[in-house]
Amino acid sequence: MTAVKLPRRRREIGKGGWRHTAGAAVVALIYFFPVLWIILTAFKTRTDALAIPPKLFFSPTLENFKSVFFRQSITAGSSQETEFLLYFFNSIFIAGTSVLAALIVGTLAAYAFSRHPLKGNDTYLFIILTTRMMPPIVVIIPIFLMFRITGLAGSYWGIILLYTAFNIPFSVWLVKSFFDELNPEIEDAARMDGATERRVFFGMCLPQIYAGLAATFVFGLILTWNEFLFALLLTGVDTRTVPVAMARTMGGEVGVDYGLLAAIVTLFLIPIFFVTFLLQNQLLRGVTFGTVKR
Amino acid sequence: MAAADAATADDAKDIGPPARLPEESARPENGGPENGGPENGRGESGGGFLAWMLAPERRGPLLVAPAVGILFVMNIFPLLWSFGLSFFNFRANRQDVPDFVGLRFYERVLTDDKVWERFQTTALIVGSSVILQLIVGFCLALLFAKIFPLRRILLMLVLTPMMLSFVSVGVFFKLYYEPTFGLVSWVLNSFTDESFVLLATPAGAIAGIVVADAWMWSPFVMLLVLAGLVSVPRYLYEAAEIDRASAWRRFWTITFPYIKSLLLLAVLFRTIETFKLFDIVYIITEGGPGDATETIAVYLYRMAFQFFRTSQSSALAYIVLFVVIVLTNLYLYAVNRRAQEMQ
Repeated sequence: MTAVKLPRRRREIGKGGWRHTAGAAVVALIYFFPVLWIILTAFKTRTDALAIPPKLFFSPTLENFKSVFFRQSITAGSSQETEFLLYFFNSIFIAGTSVLAALIVGTLAAYAFSRHPLKGNDTYLFIILTTRMMPPIVVIIPIFLMFRITGLAGSYWGIILLYTAFNIPFSVWLVKSFFDELNPEIEDAARMDGATERRVFFGMCLPQIYAGLAATFVFGLILTWNEFLFALLLTGVDTRTVPVAMARTMGGEVGVDYGLLAAIVTLFLIPIFFVTFLLQNQLLRGVTFGTVKR
Repeated sequence: MAAADAATADDAKDIGPPARLPEESARPENGGPENGGPENGRGESGGGFLAWMLAPERRGPLLVAPAVGILFVMNIFPLLWSFGLSFFNFRANRQDVPDFVGLRFYERVLTDDKVWERFQTTALIVGSSVILQLIVGFCLALLFAKIFPLRRILLMLVLTPMMLSFVSVGVFFKLYYEPTFGLVSWVLNSFTDESFVLLATPAGAIAGIVVADAWMWSPFVMLLVLAGLVSVPRYLYEAAEIDRASAWRRFWTITFPYIKSLLLLAVLFRTIETFKLFDIVYIITEGGPGDATETIAVYLYRMAFQFFRTSQSSALAYIVLFVVIVLTNLYLYAVNRRAQEMQ
């Protein structure tokens, strides 16, 4: 199972023509419809959003998108900037940094678990998996107290460190399965020829699992991007992420402003959609190897 | 990952010792850990401590250290903390000095009939949601296991639900189920004259939650199954065609063995994740009507943050964790046994 074999494997998939496309398009659109409705709602006025019967055709407005970034103040005419630009930056920065950190740390650990097993290797792996199973509500009180004592509450450091920990189990297990799939004999041969451990790791192993790393990155990003509970309790005014800010727009005397909420959801979907789209081939290839029998 | 790993873990044990041999035989050439010179690419500093740290036999622990360190500080330490809390009478909203009560909270939780009801509710929701995800994910994967025009874009449309936040899925599905403005109700009302209120009945509320959760996570199952389907060697199908095997037989003898481990993996991951399901339930039904949809996670949240029974909730949380660990172990055991039978 070396990288050389992979391209051939890809071409083994059957081919379908435009008729298959038509069928798949119908299914995909039905599946996508709830999302489509959210996106449509973002372009609706308040009355259109809650019209009876629901409106599929309407005259679109950009009002909702405008009010994501500018709040109309009560004294008519003047408008005030909201902090949403900062929240978007926070979300991208926090999720990106922590997923990347977890991937680096997780890859090192996965390499060790796969190639230089420790005493009690399986026990470590099981404990790492267990930390992922815990309902987050259990650890949230001690973490909250801990963050308050150390002053990490409300800082970028705190939430990034927490999300990194949150992503490590997943990264370790996934990346380890990729390393396990490589042929260790080739690496041993290289070591015999005098290649250093560093060369073996960076020059031989990593390039072969590149797609797997990309897949792990995307999965981690999707799971972190929308995290709500920890972000709600542990971010401050300056480090607030979009899901928390989104939830805060829902309160108030007028009930949920679906148009505004839909606009935020739509905007928030764009970056992650784009990243997934760019790395889609790696995502599909990444899950393929590592998890499949030889 | 666990499934595949459980299967490969045994393989690793078999090939373990010979795989490590060359490293040991290479050690004398490298000059050993004590005088690790620059020629082995690691010991440039030549310092005693660094050289000691970077010795080949400490390579594993050194590489694992950052991951285990972060996990210890951020997960295991708080976990132990709340384990300690579960033996004390402590409420997060009061300043009293906590007093030691031993196992009283465990006793209280285990004899609580409500806890059993919550477990049953959770099992029902988790079971039906995971089964639905498997069916939908599998069908979607079959559809996308071919190359066809616009596949990339259509696949993205199917993957999108996974990228939404729980909050937004919860809020908008609640809107879709809404009796007066809701899409679902509107469609169903055009067939019947009675107005349709999905979330008013226990069964309807559970169905509503299951559909929302399954819709969101079926793409994940699809990705895993798709990975399996794509990896089936083409020549096996060609051979089956020559043998005139029926489609049914082809599926069970060729396709299924390739996707089996991935299906089990999908079941494990989705079960664990759905077990923790909180946001969607809390937003769509808040546990109602009555307590028909109050899952164990919602119950835990109520106990910890509405009634501030911090210690009792810690005790319950540990029982939940215990259940999940037992389930996982049973599952890993089943996978391992099957892997041995296959050989």
